[in-house]
Amino acid sequence: MSSILYATSIADLAPLTVAIPFGLAALLASRLPFPFTRHYAELVAAAGALVVAVLCLLLLSKTLDSDGPVVSRIGGWQPRDDGVIVGINFAFDSLGAALALLAAVLVGAALVFAWRFFEAVGPTFHALILVFLGALTGFALTGDLFNMFVFFELMSVSAYALTAYRIERAASLQGALTFAVTNSVGAVMILFGIALLYGRTGALNLAQVGEALASRPSDGLVVTAFALITGGFLVKAAIVPFHFWLADAYAVAPTPAAIVFTGVMSDLGIYAVARIYLTVFQAPLEPHVEGLRAVLVGFAVVTALLGAALALAQNHLKRLLAFVTISQIGLALIGVGLLTPDGVAGATLLIPADGLLRAGLFVCIGAILHRCGSVYQSSLHGRGRVLPKVFPVFFGAAVLGLAALPPLGAYPGKALVEEAAGEVGYGWVAIVFVVATAVAAAALLRAGGRVFFGWGAPHETDTDPREPPAEESELTGSRGRVPGVMFASAAVLIVAGLLVAAVPGTAEDAQRSAHAFADREAYAAPVLGRPPPPAEPVHLLHGGALEVVLGLLTALGSIALAVALLRDLVPLPRPVLMGFERLRRQHSGQIGDYVAWATVGFALLGGLCALAT
Amino acid sequence: MSVLPYVVAVWICLVGLYGIVTSRHLLHTIICVSVVQSSTYVLLLAVGYRQGGVAPVFVDIPHTTPAVDPVVQALTLTDVVVGGAVTALLLAIAVQIEKHLHTLDPDELDPLRD
Repeated sequence: MSSILYATSIADLAPLTVAIPFGLAALLASRLPFPFTRHYAELVAAAGALVVAVLCLLLLSKTLDSDGPVVSRIGGWQPRDDGVIVGINFAFDSLGAALALLAAVLVGAALVFAWRFFEAVGPTFHALILVFLGALTGFALTGDLFNMFVFFELMSVSAYALTAYRIERAASLQGALTFAVTNSVGAVMILFGIALLYGRTGALNLAQVGEALASRPSDGLVVTAFALITGGFLVKAAIVPFHFWLADAYAVAPTPAAIVFTGVMSDLGIYAVARIYLTVFQAPLEPHVEGLRAVLVGFAVVTALLGAALALAQNHLKRLLAFVTISQIGLALIGVGLLTPDGVAGATLLIPADGLLRAGLFVCIGAILHRCGSVYQSSLHGRGRVLPKVFPVFFGAAVLGLAALPPLGAYPGKALVEEAAGEVGYGWVAIVFVVATAVAAAALLRAGGRVFFGWGAPHETDTDPREPPAEESELTGSRGRVPGVMFASAAVLIVAGLLVAAVPGTAEDAQRSAHAFADREAYAAPVLGRPPPPAEPVHLLHGGALEVVLGLLTALGSIALAVALLRDLVPLPRPVLMGFERLRRQHSGQIGDYVAWATVGFALLGGLCALAT
Repeated sequence: MSVLPYVVAVWICLVGLYGIVTSRHLLHTIICVSVVQSSTYVLLLAVGYRQGGVAPVFVDIPHTTPAVDPVVQALTLTDVVVGGAVTALLLAIAVQIEKHLHTLDPDELDPLRD
């Protein structure tokens, strides 16, 4: 009895990961209690993030120990005897708990970075980022489709507000508006899909919807719902052609917000696609899995390559990193889009490693902005020398981690996705991984070489003809030195990113977790109050020499490409450059254009899904 | 069950999208976002509608009386609230843009201008 009490008590802590940040956010927003000081706000917010991180760690260890998902029935509503769910559950396995933990860690890092940030503006920023965190953990842990949508919207709205936080800058406002309108359209599509599923099954609980759909073959309604929900989440994940908003938003978001956005917000869309496909659509769409795999991997490959290519064309450092984000989310979607447990396991390793490293790079850019007052490569040429010598080291280490230098950073995840792809006859995606990663890393290395060492030709403005405006620092206080909190957050994020997937045993855990995550019956049974089916043994992949060689090739290739670009050794033919420029011009910042592209994307996704099934 | 409400929902959604795509004024864009959102209200209510059903309040009627689905009504209410929050935030941003740049014509806004 006592063991049961203990077992339920850990699971019942899950709602606190949502309630604590929301409660603290309300406290901060209400400016209570008096006397209210800046340090009070910072301490409250940091303590909230820390508590959530500890809770998520507890939940993660609990999920790693248990066979099926951990179910927390809010309000104690048990399923009816006929298996109908009453009330709303949290039902999560280790992947969801790990995503919530990643969010808490990134928000914690952002709050440390923000220690001296916006001194005069007050605690609204802290309140917003806590709401963001609470919504994100709720989204990752919930087992209810509509609940997922509400948390998704809540997270989105706080993200819009965070993007627009510097209301004195018109660019922030425009980036936030584009972000908000495009993502709202995506959210409407998700809700359309949810309404169709509810109409068919009369249920909103993920396990129960999956159960109801499994009993009959798929039809047009199921495929439409799949296309709408997947497309809606791909807007958030910024998959081409839904990606336009991302660069505009990340370029103008305050650095602490951008740390969290790049580290975890984009990945949420990928997580949601995996969660919903595997628990809801897997059974009815099983006969069409080949076609759907081709569709999803197709979108992912285009995104990975286009994002990397556009990263090369950016002058603005934050925009550059935004396109790197797009490219890497594309790579993560390749893993999920394979629609196999091993592919999901690869994405599980890729997402935290890449996310933490990108967050670390955003901190480095924040330091450059603070010290040099600009984020444009053309005007920063060689001016990064004033930064402490440890920043080029941070920057280089993070980029090599992103470039999947074995055995660090993104390497374990990338190796696993490549292997998983080989199993279903998609071995060629290894080439996409090498090219996309090397090009994106080369763009970053070139930027680092220009800024920190003054390499390459100065005043190269052919890629971005706009006159770079002066940027004011986001931090108050002296510009004469880099604050210690920047060192601390950059070091922690980058070291964590390099090691998170490389720690021995993580790859095995990820594969076991992904197999449990992908097993619809095993997920549904505890939620519906049934005994779990016997667990099937997991055949673990361990990576081969080929993956190591490809990893080394990617890392060396990125360095070679960066050097060649800096020395102007890559003569691109004029038509290619013209095509590039036309592509770049599509990113016009006009909401109408972006929504038109998103509509085209939905039509394309729906049409291809219809063809595939 | 008539298909008309479903057709109406899709039509409202498409009209709103057309409005956003062709909009020449940010206020118009934001109203169109609301229009797109409102299509989901129609869809949700249509999904839960039951021919001849009464309102799902079982205080003074037998429990077996056919009633429309209360769940979708709760979803619609939640959705209205979410939509209201989004619209309010969008309008607040638009007000700030107007204050800074004295225009709401997307053609006159350069996204990277500071």
